[in-house]
Amino acid sequence: MADTTAHAAPVEHTSTGLPSTKLAMWLFLASECLLFGALITTYVLYRGASTTGPYPNQIFDIRYTSVSSFVLLASSLTMVLALTAAEQRDFARMRLWLVATAMLGLTFVGGQVYEFTSFYHEGLSIKSNLFGTTFYVLTGFHGVHVTVGILMLLSLVGMSWAGRLPDDQAFPVEMVGLYWHFVDIVWIVIFTVVYLIPQPKPAG
Amino acid sequence: MTMEGLDEFHGEIGAEGVGDPREAGHARRRHPSAKEYVRIGIILVVLTTLEVWTSYSGLPHGLLITMLFGLAFVKFVLVVLWYMHLRFDDTRYSRFFIMGASGAGILFLVVLLLLKAFAR
Repeated sequence: MADTTAHAAPVEHTSTGLPSTKLAMWLFLASECLLFGALITTYVLYRGASTTGPYPNQIFDIRYTSVSSFVLLASSLTMVLALTAAEQRDFARMRLWLVATAMLGLTFVGGQVYEFTSFYHEGLSIKSNLFGTTFYVLTGFHGVHVTVGILMLLSLVGMSWAGRLPDDQAFPVEMVGLYWHFVDIVWIVIFTVVYLIPQPKPAG
Repeated sequence: MTMEGLDEFHGEIGAEGVGDPREAGHARRRHPSAKEYVRIGIILVVLTTLEVWTSYSGLPHGLLITMLFGLAFVKFVLVVLWYMHLRFDDTRYSRFFIMGASGAGILFLVVLLLLKAFAR
């Protein structure tokens, strides 16, 4: 069984006294903050500036998006439970929680694909108006990040199953977890700014 | 599974636990227990429900915006401090994150103030 894995991870000695991988992950997340900060700023800048429809009030379904938000929140919980299991060296349970997290992520992305498709059928494309452009770019970038996270989670499960992770499996789980929670906090902001805050009257 | 059951399963991770073995030799940090994680999860669900209720409540515009941003901020902080462990990890990680997050916040405020987007 893959639970007894091949080799122990060497303890890293660095000038900072901190693992470089973790430091690099936080630096990467800081740069991601700037990326999403720019995208959210652009969305807010052009709120209510569209001169043609469809407008947000005509197409948003807050109840539907709320369910997606709950799904993503639940995935953050399953992610930390996977980390706890890894720290307890219960790798079978860790893989179970990781698969649950990936499935919840897939549900979220599936919901987003459905939402985009229905918006498109209602006449909102990326070229329709300023709202369409900023909305699809912002939420699309977030969706791509969730998809990358799902791939990372499934890779982790596969590598753990094949015994290709170092003995200390908690560390890679923590790194992927940091990325996953970051995607969650970005959604917390997007959900409020894009969906919940009432839209101004159309410019046209 | 009950919260007690989860904790029984995962056990408590104490100060001498297995927080981050790569940081062995340096201050080893305690991560929350499964029970604490579930508690935070429940709080996040309650806050999200409150957010959705607030958006339908018909409150005056200013109060509505303040409440929605306030609730989102609390959720953001809870995830960052507990699920991303910044409350428990070395403060240098926090500095990196605060640098990025405050950069995004400053960008947001400067651009929107300069272009008078709040006036709409």
